Amino acid sequence: MTSSLARQSAASTFRGLLTGSSRHYSPLLAILLILPLLILLAAGFVYPVLRLVGISLSEAAPFEPYRRAFENPLYMQVLLRTFRIATVVTFACFAIGYPTAYAIAHMRGRLAKLGMACLFIPLWTSVLVRSYAWIVLLGRNGIINNLLLDMGLISAPLKMLYTEGAVIVAMTHVLMPFMILPIHSALRSIPSAYEQAARNLGAGRMVAFRRVTFPLSLPGVFAGCVICFILAIGFYITPALVGGPGALMMATLIGQQTIVLLDWPFAAALSAILLVATLLLVMVFRRALSFSKGLNSVH
Amino acid sequence: MVRRSADLVIATVLFFLVLPTLLVVPLALNDASYIAFPPQGLTLRWFEAYLSDPDWRIATIFSLEIAAATTVVATIVGTMAAIALVRGKLPGKALLQVLCLGPMIVPPIVFGVALYLVFSPLQLTGNLPGFVLAHSVLAVPFVVVIVSAALERIDPLLELAALSCGASRLRAFFGVTLPNLAPAVATAAVFAFLTSFDEATVSFFISDTGGKTISRKMFEDIDFNLTPVIAAVSAIVVAVSLLLMGAIHLLNGRQEQQ
Repeated sequence: MTSSLARQSAASTFRGLLTGSSRHYSPLLAILLILPLLILLAAGFVYPVLRLVGISLSEAAPFEPYRRAFENPLYMQVLLRTFRIATVVTFACFAIGYPTAYAIAHMRGRLAKLGMACLFIPLWTSVLVRSYAWIVLLGRNGIINNLLLDMGLISAPLKMLYTEGAVIVAMTHVLMPFMILPIHSALRSIPSAYEQAARNLGAGRMVAFRRVTFPLSLPGVFAGCVICFILAIGFYITPALVGGPGALMMATLIGQQTIVLLDWPFAAALSAILLVATLLLVMVFRRALSFSKGLNSVH
Repeated sequence: MVRRSADLVIATVLFFLVLPTLLVVPLALNDASYIAFPPQGLTLRWFEAYLSDPDWRIATIFSLEIAAATTVVATIVGTMAAIALVRGKLPGKALLQVLCLGPMIVPPIVFGVALYLVFSPLQLTGNLPGFVLAHSVLAVPFVVVIVSAALERIDPLLELAALSCGASRLRAFFGVTLPNLAPAVATAAVFAFLTSFDEATVSFFISDTGGKTISRKMFEDIDFNLTPVIAAVSAIVVAVSLLLMGAIHLLNGRQEQQ
């Protein structure tokens, strides 16, 4: 009796499954499951960011802080420098990162594992540790200066630390894995038969690369460049530690305005400019980014 | 010949990628009280100095507490959200997905300053609840991405089979889906922990003199007071990160073998 009842209920459940109605969790259950995340993001993310942007507009003359940011040549310089450094860093990451990604993608076995370890170790090392290491390397009494002095190549220590060059070198190092990983995964997804086919049809190694492999790896290149550029324009820690007053970037300027000068409307306006620039980049390159892909390559 | 020199260039690039990370170890063991390379005699005194300094100890314990609490909050909230996003009939799913990834896109400086603005009147700076809220927001996208990706790979028919055998929704989920999902949830938890422990920019802004994370203390010492103790702290932080990375590697390796 009980077993026939159970069989009946199982049969009716199965009919329900066939119609597809229990393939998904009901909207109510789904909303209950996602509600904690929405509360967390609303309280800890959306509200604070909107509040910050709001402050920049709440002045008697709402656009005054923005006018200041864009009219004062000093701040304009910081803005332009930020974009210039981000561009140089992105380009350096691409120029060094592409051949590296290509080489790792063509490694086999243990060597490939070693290559990937060389990407993941810096990626998961604190940015502070890496910035500290660059201070030790580039400082006046640092390792590079001592090495050059000992070898007799220079007679007095070079000034490398607290310059724009130091910021570019250290940022390039920190952001390199974010360029290499998407390019690497794009290269790995190209079947090797494509390049072989081009070679069979008479293309040389270079032509096959230029006309087949490189164009197919472009989504990875775009993703890497956008991620690097976005991270570079918002970078705080590294420029603050290895850059001097002459290499001031947006993030450091925003930090100064809030902590030292307590000029909230102006800091908020600068933040809003940085935020809008970032969001525009994300929107324009959304297809290249395809977030889940870019993020999956992080681990 | 061209091949050989290209290999050499690549090897050099890879070496320079890991160099700064590995450099802190000889620096931390160096007996000289200034930066000298190669080391002038070995010592553990910088590690001792770290362990015996109450400021460092308080900051380290505070960071570990924050990271542990963040791991719990972000893993639970993120896993629930991932299930809803992958399996649920959810209105506005695409928009919700974008919102989940928002904290990864907004520059950390903007987020840090925004939190400082909102937190300081509420007295949420320099204490556990404030840090856990901030770090959970930063860690939760990792959890959602990792768990969603794993859930996409688990066939929903498995859960349906359990339902058709008479299991309840809850029993089907905990008996069938969750065991398959466990390695991904564990990986996500490790990522959440590392995200919180390593996070520096936001922590810089929501710290105060009484409540500092280890990253805030490191930032201050690198900026004002560059002693070899920093190298010892760095070496410990690197060791923790690499151990946890190894754990992720093992978890993923096991998952792939299954």
